[in-house]
Amino acid sequence: MSPAPILSAFRQALDEAWAGGAGALLPVGFFAGAAVLVPLGVGTDPETLRAIGPGILWVSLALSSLVTLERIFQADAEDGSLDLWLQTSAPAASIAAAKTFAHWLTAGLPLALLSPLLLLMFQAQIDGALLENMLFYAIGGLAFYFWGGVGAALAATVRRGGLLISLIVLPLYVPTAIFGALAMGGGPSSVAAPLFLAASTLFALAVAPFAMGAALRLAAD
Amino acid sequence: MSVGSLLSAADIGMIRGERLLFREVSLSLAPGEAIVLRGPNGAGKTTLLRILAGLTQAETGTIDRNAPHHWVAHRDGLKPHETPREHLTLWARAWGQSQTDIEPLLDEMGLSRPSDVPAKHLSAGQRRRTALARLRLENRPVWLLDEPLTALDADGKTLLLDMIAAHRAEGGGMIAAIHGDAEFEIDMQVDI
Repeated sequence: MSPAPILSAFRQALDEAWAGGAGALLPVGFFAGAAVLVPLGVGTDPETLRAIGPGILWVSLALSSLVTLERIFQADAEDGSLDLWLQTSAPAASIAAAKTFAHWLTAGLPLALLSPLLLLMFQAQIDGALLENMLFYAIGGLAFYFWGGVGAALAATVRRGGLLISLIVLPLYVPTAIFGALAMGGGPSSVAAPLFLAASTLFALAVAPFAMGAALRLAAD
Repeated sequence: MSVGSLLSAADIGMIRGERLLFREVSLSLAPGEAIVLRGPNGAGKTTLLRILAGLTQAETGTIDRNAPHHWVAHRDGLKPHETPREHLTLWARAWGQSQTDIEPLLDEMGLSRPSDVPAKHLSAGQRRRTALARLRLENRPVWLLDEPLTALDADGKTLLLDMIAAHRAEGGGMIAAIHGDAEFEIDMQVDI
């Protein structure tokens, strides 16, 4: 099997993200906006903000991932390119994984890169933990986007599938959110939690593409 | 299955919802042949083509695909931001044809002028020409075409008919859903 179709699918997904213009910025704006609203709601006590900051960002990250996921396969189903991708020599799962990975690169990774700035707004100290947390958000975000891709593939032919995607996907986000928050919480569990966070992401990477592939074949049927 | 057929289908039946679309459809495409699917709107011509392409699962019947196929349908597969040049370059690469020079192809398909215009600004005919240009990116014996003449102007129709003639002369086969007159020699007509 030649990797050419997979690389092309990846490249097309990247092109699409840039061509959308504000498309790539939308989740960033949503992420920052959601995080900035919280201090207005809970007050400005530095201790409180420092304690809840990392958790708020996990929630914001999960919600931001849902903002753009709706479109990744729906557009393909509408314009007919899904039919073409399904008829290449590459398995549907690999095409779906390539597209989802490209989507994470353009929409999910920027959120992780923004996280140190937002954590500073939550009164975090400037130390190595900021970068460590950035890595956790990147790893956890990857799991969010792959599980989200499953929902997006299932809802590819559903009008206004956003709500359906949320319902399918949010339960799948739970392990990542739990281990992600534990990894940043300090205390004894924060030693093992990053490993479990990485494991939950690896599990998503291993399982989600096959679910996406099957869902896309179903969408084309 | 007849010997030497590019694609054959036997006893294909399909149900959509609670409605029987068609049943016991059998066909066999030999090199150089053209099969035309006919039927009123909603009869299931597109569905039958999708079954032949492997996109949709038939309820009954068997399909033997003995050769790779090209697929051009209503939805032309162009992204709104994609230009004809980008579209053809992408699919040439996706099909493992990295060295293909698409300039002559753009020229022959009458797409030189709009070659750098995003698909959202192209006319329906220009989009259709771009989709049809995919047929010439790679030599595949079977063409599955859904209403290929739609939106094409007189020049475009001539162009496509010439392409079909050349394809058949080289031993390729074609199955197309077409409304109205088919301006080429038909080997078999399937009414559904």
